[in-house]
Amino acid sequence: MAQTYRSQLVDPLIDNNPITLQVLGICSALAVTSSMQVALVMAIAVTLVTGFSSMFISVLRNQIPGSIRIIVQMVIIASLVILVDQVLKAYAYEISKTLSVFVGLIITNCIVMGRAEAFAMKNPPVASFVDGVGNGLGYGLLLMMVSVVRELFGSGSLFGVTVFQTVNNGGWYVPNGLLLLPPSAFFVIGLIIWAFRTWKPEQVEEREYKIQSVEAH
Amino acid sequence: MEGLISLAVKAVFVENLALSFFLGMCTFLAVSKKISTAIGLGISVMVVQGITVPANNLILTYLLAPGALAWAGFGDVDLTFLGLISYIGVIAAIVQILEMVLDKYFPPLYNALGVFLPLITVNCAILGGSLFMVERSYNLSEAATYGVSSGFGWALAITAMAGVREKLKYSDIPDGLQGLGITFITAGLMAMAFMSFSGVKL
Repeated sequence: MAQTYRSQLVDPLIDNNPITLQVLGICSALAVTSSMQVALVMAIAVTLVTGFSSMFISVLRNQIPGSIRIIVQMVIIASLVILVDQVLKAYAYEISKTLSVFVGLIITNCIVMGRAEAFAMKNPPVASFVDGVGNGLGYGLLLMMVSVVRELFGSGSLFGVTVFQTVNNGGWYVPNGLLLLPPSAFFVIGLIIWAFRTWKPEQVEEREYKIQSVEAH
Repeated sequence: MEGLISLAVKAVFVENLALSFFLGMCTFLAVSKKISTAIGLGISVMVVQGITVPANNLILTYLLAPGALAWAGFGDVDLTFLGLISYIGVIAAIVQILEMVLDKYFPPLYNALGVFLPLITVNCAILGGSLFMVERSYNLSEAATYGVSSGFGWALAITAMAGVREKLKYSDIPDGLQGLGITFITAGLMAMAFMSFSGVKL
């Protein structure tokens, strides 16, 4: 095998990040990032589901008929998500309330389906598991980056621990309320993509139209 | 009746699935390059959403909810933990059936919408609609209204987005923001615009 497990695990973090490059799994990435604790739980849940669903699908890949593969994959993913949902309800009820429907939506998270379809159907179980975990971690990394910005500047805390004393509590920091609202997630991700692509120019997309410079005479 | 109208308005503008809950974002960003495709996808989502939300509501009330199986003699059975798997099964089945029915009886419509239907199974907006229906415990008529109007809201958002992007491709954007980056920022601005509806009460 050309790709080592290590590169499989590290590649999706920056070079081939599921969110900034493959445009997968954005739905939940935006909604759960207003506090770090919730984002962390979500990242762990997605990593586990992607890893194990890739592994199980890969184990079954020679038995699954091509025409109904999507439904089979859905059933496997849905069972894993139910497991995660029940565990969260039992041990972290508050967080499971905050995540509301987004745990269920891991089923339709494009990362899980995308990796199952693109990788697990063609590769052996261990490699698929590593690939799934790697992509889950890439997703988690971006989630944490967004939520650090949003929680720190939106409510002046990290993981619920106060870092900047806000004005309401007699401190000096005036929190930026916009960062707690949904649209800010779009801006933060957009700017992160800009930063990534400035750092690694090979990720820049081709322009459809070029503006031609007119020479001044 | 008034309750239903205000529910519909709320689902289209205030609680727009795409712009305030970020559901169906993957397709929202990937298929919004041209207005005509965006409208096609939007209509398909509206139709599928309008069918699946009430269908899942029936499944919940008559099969899964605690005590729902009383008609079959299992009065004390609670199957709600099977919710997720049943909803996604229903969605996949309905999309498949819809595709076959359209192909057989309405070929022109199938040619227009056919390519989008498989995409819809994995569209989070559809499953999200059903899950919100469960979480807010809507009854059947509320579920039907919510399904159609939230689908309409999604269609509206993706069409507007495609309109913006068609103009945007002529503008001079910094290299790193080209493509996905500027699309995110645009979506953010649109989401802020939609937030101005949040005070509307009927």
